[in-house]
Amino acid sequence: MGPPSKEALHEPLRLGGTVVVSGLAFAACDRGVYGPLQRRERINGMDFSLNAEQARFRDELRAWLRDNLAGSAGRAAAPADAEEGGERRREWQRRVHEAGYAGVSWPVEYGGRGLSLIESMIVNEEMARAKAPDLVNVIGLNMAGPTIIHHGTPEQKSKHLRNILDATDIWCQGFSEPNSGSDLASLQTRAVPDGDDFVVNGQKVWTTLGHVAKWCILLTRTGSADEKHAGLTYLIVDMQSPGVQVKPLVQLTGDAEFNEIYFTDVRVPRSNLLGGVGEGWRVAMTTLMHERATLGVALQVRSRIAFDDLVTLVRAGGDGNPLLRQKLAQLHIETEAMRFNGYRGLTRMLRGEPPGPEGSINKLMWSEVNQRLMDTALEVLGPAALLAAGEESAPDGGRWSYQFLRSRANSIEGGTSEVLRNILAERVLGLPRSR
Amino acid sequence: MDFGFSEEQELLRGQARDFLDRQCPTAVVRTLMASERGYDDDMYRRMAELGWTAIPFPEEFGGLGLGMVDLTVVLEEMGRHVAPAPLQSAVGLAGMTLLHGASDEQKKRWLPGLAEGTSVGTVALAESSGRWDASGVQLAARRDGAGYTLNGEKLYVTDAHVAEWMIVAARTGDGTSGDGVSLFVVDTAAPGVTVRVVKSMDQTRRLCTVSFDAVTVAADRLVGGEGRGWSVLRKGLDRALVAISAELCGTAQRAMELSVEYAKTRQQFGRPIGSYQAVAHRCADMLVQVESAKSLTYYAAWAVDNDVPEAPLAAAMAKAYASDAARLVTGAAIQVHGGIGFTWEHDMHLFFKRAKWGETTLGDAVFHRERVAQALEL
Repeated sequence: MGPPSKEALHEPLRLGGTVVVSGLAFAACDRGVYGPLQRRERINGMDFSLNAEQARFRDELRAWLRDNLAGSAGRAAAPADAEEGGERRREWQRRVHEAGYAGVSWPVEYGGRGLSLIESMIVNEEMARAKAPDLVNVIGLNMAGPTIIHHGTPEQKSKHLRNILDATDIWCQGFSEPNSGSDLASLQTRAVPDGDDFVVNGQKVWTTLGHVAKWCILLTRTGSADEKHAGLTYLIVDMQSPGVQVKPLVQLTGDAEFNEIYFTDVRVPRSNLLGGVGEGWRVAMTTLMHERATLGVALQVRSRIAFDDLVTLVRAGGDGNPLLRQKLAQLHIETEAMRFNGYRGLTRMLRGEPPGPEGSINKLMWSEVNQRLMDTALEVLGPAALLAAGEESAPDGGRWSYQFLRSRANSIEGGTSEVLRNILAERVLGLPRSR
Repeated sequence: MDFGFSEEQELLRGQARDFLDRQCPTAVVRTLMASERGYDDDMYRRMAELGWTAIPFPEEFGGLGLGMVDLTVVLEEMGRHVAPAPLQSAVGLAGMTLLHGASDEQKKRWLPGLAEGTSVGTVALAESSGRWDASGVQLAARRDGAGYTLNGEKLYVTDAHVAEWMIVAARTGDGTSGDGVSLFVVDTAAPGVTVRVVKSMDQTRRLCTVSFDAVTVAADRLVGGEGRGWSVLRKGLDRALVAISAELCGTAQRAMELSVEYAKTRQQFGRPIGSYQAVAHRCADMLVQVESAKSLTYYAAWAVDNDVPEAPLAAAMAKAYASDAARLVTGAAIQVHGGIGFTWEHDMHLFFKRAKWGETTLGDAVFHRERVAQALEL
C-alpha cells in the first residue's frame, strides 16, 4: 500500500458541511485564471472593531453594569454563592431584561430586541468582564427559547417567550436518562397519545434547575424502540402537573446542582407539542446546536475570568517558578485560541455560511483547558487546596477546591470529550463510523 | 466583526494552491532537496511573476501594498507543499525588518529587488549560544573610520547561500541587552564573509553558518541607529514569527489531511483503520490543534498589519502554539501511517522535519511562552 493516490490528495476537505474546494477547482494554468496579482486597493479584510452602533450598545451596557453591579460583582461560582434559582438571581435577570439585555437577538414581538449575534456576543463578553452573575434562566434563554422560536406555534411563542426573558418561568431540560446519555436517541421515556393529551411515563436525569422550573423541554419516545431517532417527540411539560416528581441528585462537589425527574402518568396537552409527532430528533438538534453555540461563547469568557483569577492567585503567592510560568502562558494562549476559534465561527454565521467545527472544537478544548487550569490552581495552593468551602481558613472561600471538583464534569456534560472527538472525526473529517 | 478572508484572498489561496500542486509536488521537492542549491530559481521567478514576493511591500518599492494577512495565505500554501523557496527569508524576515526600520534610502536600495524576486536577503541572528534574543547577539562590530568591522560567526542562517545580502545583528555596545545591538546589511560576497551550508535535518531549506573575518561595512549600511537595532529587528521578527507560523499551519494541516485519507483507505482486521477510535480520536486531536494554530496565526497577522499594541504578544502566542502543534500533528501523522510513515519513501518525514525547522527557528514554544508570561506580567 503506497502513499495516497493523487486523486485522494485533492479530495476536498469537508468542514462541517461546507466544502472547502481544493485548488483544482480553479482549473488554471500556472498564472491562474485570475491572472497575476494585480495592484489594487488595500483589501478590507479582517476586522475586529465594532461599528458606531455596536460600540454605543457596548458602552451603554458597560455603564449599566457599572451602575447596577456595584458592590455585588459575582465571580466564578463558589458553593456559597447564588443559590440556584433563588429569588436574588431571578431578580437580577428581571433587571437585566428590563434594561434590555436579555435575549437581545430574539424577535422584538416576543420581548427581544431583534439584534444580531454581535450584540449577543457583546452582552456575553461585557457580563463576563464585569463578573456579573450568570442569568438564572440559562436553559430557557439558551435552549428552550431558541427552540420555540424555530419550531413553536404562534400561541406557544406568545405564551412562553416573554416569561423566559424576565425569569417569571424557569425552564429545565429533560433529555438524558440513566440509560441514555451519550446515546441520547436510545431514550425510553414514553409519551402515549390519549385523546387531547399525551400520557408520559419515564425518568430523566442530569436536570439542572428541575427543582425550581415551571416548564420542561422533554424529549420522549412515541414510536417503537426500533425506530430510534424517528420515534422521538418533543414536548413542553408543565412541571407542576400531577405525576411529576423531582429528586435532587447530589454531585461529588457536595451540592445538588442537578436532579432526577420521575414522570408517572403525566398528562401533557397536544398543544404542548413542539414540532410534529416523530420529529423530536430534528427539534432536539436545534436545542443542542444552540446549546453548543452559546456554550462556545460562554465557556470562553468563563475561561478568561478563571484565568484572570488564577493570575491574581499566582501573583499573591509570588513564586515565579518557571514551570508555573510556562503552564500559565500556555493556558492563556489556549484561552485566546478559543476566543479566535469562536470569532471564526461567528464570522461564518454572520456571512450566512453553515457552521464549521469551531463549536465542537471549543467545547472539547475548553473542558480540557479548564480542568488543567483548576489543576494548576490547586498546585499553586499546595495543601491548602484540601480545605473545603465552609472551612474558615480555606483560601478564597474554598472556591478553587470547589471548581477543581466541579471541573471533572466539564469533559462529560454537553457532549463527552469522546463523543466530541467522534463528531470531529466522523462528521468533520469524514472518517468511517466506529459503530 | 469579520474574522475571515476576503474573496480576493480566497482566490489568492486557490491560485497559490493550484500553482504549487502543479509546480511543486513532493517529487519536485525531493529532487530539489538532493540538489546542491536546494532551490529552483525558475520556480522562484514564477512565484515573483505571480506577485507573491511583492505582497507586503509598499507600491513605491515595487510592492502590492498588501499585508501580512495576504502573505500568510501564500505562506500557508507554501508550508502545505513544503516548498523549497526562499520566500520566507527574503520577504517574511529580511524584507519585513527593512520595511520597519530602514531609512528611505536603504528601502529604495534593497526592497525593490526583494519585491521583484530578483534578489534574496536573509537575517543572521543566532550564534553559538543558540539563543534568539538580544543576549544571543555577541558578534562584535567595532567602529573603523567611517564604517564598522565585523568579527564573529552566525549560525542557523536560513538561505544565506542564495542571499545577495544579509541583515546581521551585531553588538556595537557592551552587555547582553537590546541596547548595544546594531543591524548591518552585509553583502554575502563581501570580503571576509564565508558562507557554509550545513547538513541539516530539514533539507527542504538550507541552513548556513556564516563567518565574518574582519568584514568592513560602510556606515550607510547601518539600519536604525547605532546600538538601537534591536527595536528595529523586533518589528521584523514579529512579522517573521507570523510568517513561520503560517507555514507551520499549512504543513500541519496537510499532514492531518494525508493521515485522514490514509485512515479511510488502509484496512486492517477487515476495516479501515479510521474506524478504530484510537486512530479517529488522534485525527480529531490533530484537527483541534490545526484549527487553533490557524486562529492564533490569523489573528497575529491582523495584529501586526494593524500595529496594535498587543501585536508582539499575538505573534509570540501564534509561534508558541503553532510550533508545538506542528511537531505534535506531524508526529501523530507518522503514527497514523504506521510503518510506512517511517520510511524515506513516504512523504511524511518531509512534513515532520519542516515542522522541526519551524519550531526551532526564531525561538520555540518554551521561549515564546516565557515572552507571553512576561507580557502578562506574571
